[in-house]
Amino acid sequence: MQKDDILIIGGHEFHSRFILGSGKYSLSLIESAIKDAGAEIVTLAVRRANTKEQENILDYIPKHVTLLPNTSGARNAAEAVRIARLAKELGCGSFVKIEIMRDSKYLLPDNEETVRATEILAKEGFVVMPYMYPDLNTARDLADAGAAAIMPLASPIGSNKGLATRDFIQILIDEIDLPIIVDAGIGKPSQACEAMEMGAAAIMANTALATAGNLPMMAAAFRRAIEAGRLAYLSGLGRVLARGAAASDPLTGFLHERTL
Amino acid sequence: MENQFFVDSEHLPAQALERKHHLETEPSFRSNHMEYLPDMEQISSDIRSKVLSQMNAYDYLRYTKKDVEAALEHETCSIEDLKALLSPAAEPYLEEMAERARLETGRHFGNTVYLFTPLYIANYCENYCVYCGFNCYNHIHRMILTPEQIEHEMKVIADSGMEEILILTGESRAKSNVQYIGEACKLARKYFRMTGLEIYPLNTDEYRYLHDCGADYVTVFQETYDTDKYETLHLSGHKRVWPYRFDSQERALMGGMRGVAFSALLGLSDFHKDALATALHAYYLQKKYPHAEISLSCPRLRPIIHNQKIHPLDVGEKQLCQIICAYRIFLPFAGITVSSRESASFRNGIVKIAATKISAGVSTGIGDHESKYTGKENDTAQGDEQFEIDDSRSLETMYRDISKEGLQPVLNDYLYV
Repeated sequence: MQKDDILIIGGHEFHSRFILGSGKYSLSLIESAIKDAGAEIVTLAVRRANTKEQENILDYIPKHVTLLPNTSGARNAAEAVRIARLAKELGCGSFVKIEIMRDSKYLLPDNEETVRATEILAKEGFVVMPYMYPDLNTARDLADAGAAAIMPLASPIGSNKGLATRDFIQILIDEIDLPIIVDAGIGKPSQACEAMEMGAAAIMANTALATAGNLPMMAAAFRRAIEAGRLAYLSGLGRVLARGAAASDPLTGFLHERTL
Repeated sequence: MENQFFVDSEHLPAQALERKHHLETEPSFRSNHMEYLPDMEQISSDIRSKVLSQMNAYDYLRYTKKDVEAALEHETCSIEDLKALLSPAAEPYLEEMAERARLETGRHFGNTVYLFTPLYIANYCENYCVYCGFNCYNHIHRMILTPEQIEHEMKVIADSGMEEILILTGESRAKSNVQYIGEACKLARKYFRMTGLEIYPLNTDEYRYLHDCGADYVTVFQETYDTDKYETLHLSGHKRVWPYRFDSQERALMGGMRGVAFSALLGLSDFHKDALATALHAYYLQKKYPHAEISLSCPRLRPIIHNQKIHPLDVGEKQLCQIICAYRIFLPFAGITVSSRESASFRNGIVKIAATKISAGVSTGIGDHESKYTGKENDTAQGDEQFEIDDSRSLETMYRDISKEGLQPVLNDYLYV
């Protein structure tokens, strides 16, 4: 990864652009997954972390890694706010990923409630990273509400279907001056690479790793794909390919300024 | 088939015995099982008619290998596909179904398995359900725990590391009333992260009260969706009213509960139809209440005290596995609980395919957790069990066994908000 290519979220600097989920695989694999992914941010469900005994997921995440607690289980803004505050009490830091779902089947986020929760939590000093359905108006509202990044879904959570919302994510990347972190539905390293080529700031993945045969190896594959996509984006090549190559015989070749 | 359930106790007074025999032998002696009793809330809902019309029209012998293969190829499992997967034609495809089920489970739950334990706080019952150990004519030791005893049991369970509890009672409003259950929920909030209820059906305002007391999940077993068969098995008591029971989950959601669980007791009636109806009951309710968390249980009939002849008939382990896989493929997001009625080897296998939740450290008796968990002799009275369990593993053993299978045991995935 380029040394001077830094991802800034809410004033915090990160070199890795791979955000790792933690909720769908064995706790004993978390540490090696983080290492092989080169991840500096790991999400965790507050509802899972709020445990009393036995194994606590927090004990498996190295201290240098930034925790990104999520509000999964919240059905509206008020519940998300309560869960975010609880995360802070549990010592999970000031980052929070807002997840508000009132649909237990597809787990699609409720954009309207998400804007509400973002506004409240940003005012309280949280670094708010809202998970959302990629809609430009909502993304603008989230930015105005104080979000530190925007996390649009690529396809339904857990589906591993890749960039089903590709064109709409591209609009967010083009229009919103915040890091756009593609979350949910990324199933393969190649899909992560494509999102990064488009200009996404980072990728978040969980199920793709959890359902892989060898989790740490898949973490490493994602890491390389994300780095490759980022380099392609920085090189400018991605944009050239995306918008079509220049014609060999320029259409505007007939334009001549007359010399007097 | 009904007759194998009937057992007379020598302890019953002559009058009670006479009434029991009347109920068993004279249908006209029984009340109308489709008619609500005066205190039962009636809600307006079209779910019942949808489920029953689908179930009644289900001719599972009509489905062929082709239908099953098509169902397994479809990305989204339709109701028609579910019918094919539950049919006898799907039996040779069990391995393929298991593979697909495992894929869906992995996508939605990763490799996690949730653990919980049931706590029976009373076994008094006013119903005569002929297959149940708690039925009012069965001569068993009855007991209702005092709040102090409940708290003691909860402490013992919480000390074992358990974080989710399911509170159960027999169905007696007189002995274990809503207020009493509410107090148990308040105590549970002190010791556990998540409290579920498996009690007699309630009205919406009563569910709301228990939610305020700390409960957030309601399980009601419909036993069988075949209303005619239901009538022959639930001979007296409020449980006899089939439609009031059917609407329980909806009333629970209307009362603010986060989630609800469904089940048929497999082996009571035609399991193909009962499994279809269970899945559709959950499906239609989630469609109407999209925020609701739903789960399915898959119990099979078990022997009870004073009647060892009760067994799950034609629902063998293969059929049970087929049903669970079909549930998973049709409702990939739903929780699936497998009871301690099943053997340790079945439960170890099924959590790798489709089940997401299993109980550990189970007792279906009353007030015996201390002796069962710590081996300490208990000099106080204990209440008899509802049915025989098969898998008696403790939380510690279960945790270890699940980890050995390469799965991650989870004790809590829940916040009461």
